[in-house]
Amino acid sequence: MTTTTQTRTETDTMNTAWKRFFARLTWGDIMIGIILVIFVLVIMFPFWWVLRTALTSPGKVFTDASSLLPVDPTLLNFRRVLGSVDASELVAAGNSNISTGTLNFWLYLRNSFIFSMLVTLGQTTFSTMAAYAFARFRFPGRNRIFFLYLTGLMIPGIVLFIPNFVFIRQTGLTGTFAGLVAPFFLMTPYAVFFMRQFFLGLNKDLEEAATLDGATRVGIFWRVALPLVQGPILTLGILTFIQSWNEYLWPLLVGRDENIRVLTVALAIFRQQTPQGSPDWTGLMAGTAVAIVPTVLIFLFFGRKVVDSIQFSGFK
Amino acid sequence: MSQGVANASTPKSSLLSRLADNEKLIAYLFILPSVVGFILFYAYPAIRSVFISFTEWNLLTDAKFVGLDNYNEIFADERFWRSLEATVWYVLWNIPIQTVIALFMAVVLDRFSDAISNLMRSVMILPWLLPNVIVALLWLWILDPSIGIANVLLNIVGVPKQDFLGDPDQAIAWIAMINIWRYAGYNAILIFAGLKTIPKSLYEAAGIDGANLWTQFWKITLPLLRPVLTFVLVTSVIGSFQVYDTIAVTTQGGPAGATRVIIYYIMDEVFNRRISMGTATAASVVLFLILISVTIIQMRFLQADQSDLQDYS
Repeated sequence: MTTTTQTRTETDTMNTAWKRFFARLTWGDIMIGIILVIFVLVIMFPFWWVLRTALTSPGKVFTDASSLLPVDPTLLNFRRVLGSVDASELVAAGNSNISTGTLNFWLYLRNSFIFSMLVTLGQTTFSTMAAYAFARFRFPGRNRIFFLYLTGLMIPGIVLFIPNFVFIRQTGLTGTFAGLVAPFFLMTPYAVFFMRQFFLGLNKDLEEAATLDGATRVGIFWRVALPLVQGPILTLGILTFIQSWNEYLWPLLVGRDENIRVLTVALAIFRQQTPQGSPDWTGLMAGTAVAIVPTVLIFLFFGRKVVDSIQFSGFK
Repeated sequence: MSQGVANASTPKSSLLSRLADNEKLIAYLFILPSVVGFILFYAYPAIRSVFISFTEWNLLTDAKFVGLDNYNEIFADERFWRSLEATVWYVLWNIPIQTVIALFMAVVLDRFSDAISNLMRSVMILPWLLPNVIVALLWLWILDPSIGIANVLLNIVGVPKQDFLGDPDQAIAWIAMINIWRYAGYNAILIFAGLKTIPKSLYEAAGIDGANLWTQFWKITLPLLRPVLTFVLVTSVIGSFQVYDTIAVTTQGGPAGATRVIIYYIMDEVFNRRISMGTATAASVVLFLILISVTIIQMRFLQADQSDLQDYS
């Protein structure tokens, strides 16, 4: 078979597929299509509005609020958020509500990264180890301990937050990264549960063959089982990272200090700093736009995986 | 065989390999970090929460046992009941609308080609990727009563100027709307995955029997979606009772306490109004009991552990 015939067959199938698609198209489908477009607009519009506002000149934000395009486009807000602008330039921008306090963005970005990376690495590692033990080892208390973990899934976060806060306070870890990551670092019941399902789904034959070849239990875990669950581990890692990145309540409790303040907390505080009149919207939206970037990047690289993994987690 | 001999000749590696092969020991080592984490940050705090709720404690002085005083105090606190009321309003606004939208989007996605539905799912998940704080901030700006774009757009279709989050009658509904924007797509993807498990042959058979799309939806789709719908409903109801971030950023409980939900009440007890661990934990224990009851009722009502699929196959 030559390449040309192959291409032609493909286009033919494409064409017939489209024809069939249009032939089956009913008025109901068209209605549904319109509704779908409306949904997309409703979902996407706020994203555009962040960008549009972030690009609007701070002095013009109140003059033409209804413009769908940036008014007097400028990168000043982004530069302000990223800390590369001095006070005189801000005064010249001519808006009394403009916040002259900088966001110290790079510091908070760094903090968010440290926090999310530590949580992701710790939680994924230790939860995967535990999950393997629950799935493959036989030891006294296995089912009872796992059942306890499952009960842990149902306790609402707030019930745990206060005693955890008190605990971190008593150990003197408030204001440190150790205190910030502590509750998430060693495990979450969800992560153990998630990985256990995948280990249970693995074919045992390979591991048994490795046993016959004289491999140790640890060796089998490391060289046989782990490579087979790389996909699920990556998925768990992405989900954990995004969730840690978005975490607000716990970092607000133990991480108000500047040196470990993460982006979510910083943005909320940044807003509270301009209580008189209207907040500094252009600055806030520029901060928001930049804060979104890491998650969106992760999503662009691993998007399908995230969507698929959510589908999986729906069927625990 | 040859390995056994090799091991015997090198006692050191034999000991190591025997340790590495002791199943129970390895198992306990493997679960040790997670057990420590579970005890420290789940089991112990859950139990401790209950103990703290029986004490008077401001973090500075020693805790004093006061029996049921904290519970009596919050039950006598009008603010507590108002916070429960606000929470219930939030759940009532949030859950039905969000679930219907998610269900609708999922069913619609299912009718489109793979390419379109893949693209749509990626778009739908975007709001879920954002931190709550950022979602709250951007909607706060859109819903700004004097210069927000929402009023401008509403004006075009002839709706008079609204106060949105500043209006005590509307505020909680708008908080719900913000979170619907964030979570409806996520839930739609879960439901969509559930739809994929329903055999197409059922619809074909029903079509031959003359059932129209509407009947098919009520008689086939909805009953067979029950496991997924249960998951979606249970998790989103539990989540709704714990709404906090959005409110902390937008209304801070106002106007006139209209959005001071239960978690906000708890956080207020800890930080803002006074440092009272006892009443805060008492309120969270009450919330825990409410959540467990609501979950059990939902599971019963939805017959969560049964699948209708078995009846068909």
